[in-house]
Amino acid sequence: MNYRIRYLGYLAPAIIALTAGGQVFADPGAEMMANTCAGCHGTHGKSAGPASPNLAGLSESYFTETMLGFREGTRPATIMDRIAKGYTNEQIESMATYFAALPVYKANVPHDVAKAKAGAEIYESGCAKCHDEGGSLPGDDAGILAGQWLPWLQYSMADYKAGHREMTKKMKKAVEKLSDTELEAVLHYFASQQ
Amino acid sequence: MAHITRRRFLQATGSAVAVGALGFPAIVGAAGKKVVVVGGGAGGATAAKYIRMADPSIEVTLIEANAEHFTCFFSNEVLSGHRGMDSIKVSYDGLKGHGINVVIDTVTEIDAAGRKVKTAGGSTFAYDRCIVAPGIDFKDNIEGYDEAAMRAMPHAWKAGEQTVLLRKQLEAMPDGGVVAIVAPPNPFRCPPGPYERACQIAMYLRARKPKSKLMIFDAKDKFSKQGLFMQAFERHHAGIVEWVAAGKGGLVTRVDPSSNTIYAGNTAHKVDVANVIPAQKAGKIAVKAGLTDDKGWCPIDGRTFESAIHKNIHVVGDASAASPLPKSAYAANSEAKVAAAAVVDLLNGRQPGEPSLVNTCYSIIGPNDAISVAKVYHLDGGKLSGVEGSGGLTPKDSSPEMRAREVAYANSWFANIKDDCWG
Ligand SMILES: Cc1cc2nc3c(=O)[nH]c(=O)nc-3n(C[C@H](O)[C@H](O)[C@H](O)COP(=O)(O)OP(=O)(O)OC[C@H]3O[C@@H](n4cnc5c(N)ncnc54)[C@H](O)[C@@H]3O)c2cc1C
Ligand code: HEC
Ligand code: HEC
Repeated sequence: MNYRIRYLGYLAPAIIALTAGGQVFADPGAEMMANTCAGCHGTHGKSAGPASPNLAGLSESYFTETMLGFREGTRPATIMDRIAKGYTNEQIESMATYFAALPVYKANVPHDVAKAKAGAEIYESGCAKCHDEGGSLPGDDAGILAGQWLPWLQYSMADYKAGHREMTKKMKKAVEKLSDTELEAVLHYFASQQ
Repeated sequence: MAHITRRRFLQATGSAVAVGALGFPAIVGAAGKKVVVVGGGAGGATAAKYIRMADPSIEVTLIEANAEHFTCFFSNEVLSGHRGMDSIKVSYDGLKGHGINVVIDTVTEIDAAGRKVKTAGGSTFAYDRCIVAPGIDFKDNIEGYDEAAMRAMPHAWKAGEQTVLLRKQLEAMPDGGVVAIVAPPNPFRCPPGPYERACQIAMYLRARKPKSKLMIFDAKDKFSKQGLFMQAFERHHAGIVEWVAAGKGGLVTRVDPSSNTIYAGNTAHKVDVANVIPAQKAGKIAVKAGLTDDKGWCPIDGRTFESAIHKNIHVVGDASAASPLPKSAYAANSEAKVAAAAVVDLLNGRQPGEPSLVNTCYSIIGPNDAISVAKVYHLDGGKLSGVEGSGGLTPKDSSPEMRAREVAYANSWFANIKDDCWG
């Protein structure tokens, strides 16, 4: 009963949105909330850079955990802590569904070609297991690293290394094997992925 | 559980619809409906674009007085010489790409009863719903500050030739000169703006004219992000910037442009460059259309941004009385999306849903140092209000590393908001 009413409610906007730009908009409530992020993360989560991350295509679980981490203060942030505090668990989950339904966006990120080339090998041996297909698979639940803005990748790595953000044990092992130069190269590799 | 069902359903319709998208005319109830948007700034541009993205069957006409728009946001960086005018210029080509009919003309009349808009060029546009976003106009709170005075003592509170004028005066000023910023009373466009401007100009002075001074004569006794700005005045601009509160002789009541004199409290200050920012009200056309209240702003319904005075007209951006949201580009952009969703819903015979809004404002206050304010807003008991516990300021003790990141994020904000409004 209730399901049917909601079902019809979603039908019209979903169709309109699809005819417009081939995007799938999930829930009007989610879209309303997600649209407020566009001024910093780009329309439909496609950031114009130079630093703030793309959100399009992040997996539901990565998105939700990240937002909860910002809200609870377990993930370092300049501003997302203050923004995440404006949403309930349900609202975060509903935005998670919205962003996960968008196709992954790989931005055309300025990077050093030589570093990216050197980074490719390090990637294969140290990172590919968990950041598959150049770091573009939402299903890895490890963020989207492919075509991600380089400063953002660098800040994330700096936070991990400084102990401000927790790495999984295995990623820590992989990261600790690498010199700063090697790590920098892998980040250029991720940024270069199209 | 509900989540999963919904997604599966969408995925299923997704492919079906992609094949037969044009086969559902009955669902598209707004076909042929007309929306006219007055003003192509942050608010108007966003509204026009988001209506078209949500429902391309609606005809949207955007009427804007100038063929090119210069953003006020980041115009303070032009004053410091950190960017050029080109970087704050936006064209309307992006909006045309969304199928919006962009008309360069000035709206002279909004006929709410007849649902028509008239322009100086002699055209008439009928509408089903109208979005009004003309930005601000100035009040006469300072004696002697007339149209002519604006050229001698530029406000630079609408970006464009005013910005260029002020920059040229700063360039022409000798080392050892005095710059005055006359800061307006509340409420006004961009509450942190005058103080960010002080920081930006001070960076230029420190680098090029280090013997100079910058005085802020304020109509207020406190201001936005005050603690953080005072910290910046001390940390980066000591010996250059001085803030004079209204109660301490800062209230400017009169100016004399012929001698570049500012009368504040009981004192006459002869200065080299005077940046006079008067008190503000909604843009002229909003006043003329009878959309404003006795304070000079347009009262609205927080769910739809429909005017509380005239039906079928929605007011967004600086012109609206949307407190507690401040008058910022981020707020204008966020309000415009709420209005756009409401207009699309109403034209399709649906109830407008719950609104959700965000405001953010970055200020670049020194070399490698930026600060921000943010808040999430919703409807509470029918009124716009901040979500409890959300938002706030950059911490005063945040590290230089985090402040430097905020500079990079401020630049990201600028790129993304421009794109989201006009791209
Ligand atoms: C120095 C400065 C710095 C700022 N920095 C920031 C910042 O960092 N972050 C932030 O979020 N905000 C900032 N702002 C505020 C921001 O610029 C405004 O809040 C925002 O532009 C409001 O958008 P709007 O659409 O209401 O008005 P506007 O952007 O002013 O647009 C109004 C448009 O309507 C047009 N118009 C007016 N009347 C008519 C008519 N009769 N017919 C046709 N067209 C008409 C005008 O030509 C104009 O293009 C700053 C402002 C200033 C002055
Ligand atoms: C004022 C600009 C701003 C706004 C508005 C904003 N963000 Fe962010 N976002 C950032 C910044 C900056 C970061 C990097 C972390 C930090 O320093 O706060 C970030 C990081 C994130 C991340 C982490 C991405 C990753 O790959 O780990 C997510 C998720 C996110 N934001 C979601 C959102 C959502 C959802 C909204 C809207 C409800 C939003 N943001 C609104 C600026 C913003
Ligand atoms: C054992 C699995 C694993 C390995 C190996 C691994 N990672 Fe990760 N990585 C993860 C997970 C899981 C996350 C998300 C965790 C979180 O939210 O902090 C992540 C997150 C990241 C992020 C942050 C993403 C963002 O948007 O903030 C970066 C950067 C990163 N990894 C880089 C690397 C690099 C470089 C390597 C190789 C040297 C590597 N990872 C190896 C599992 C792994």
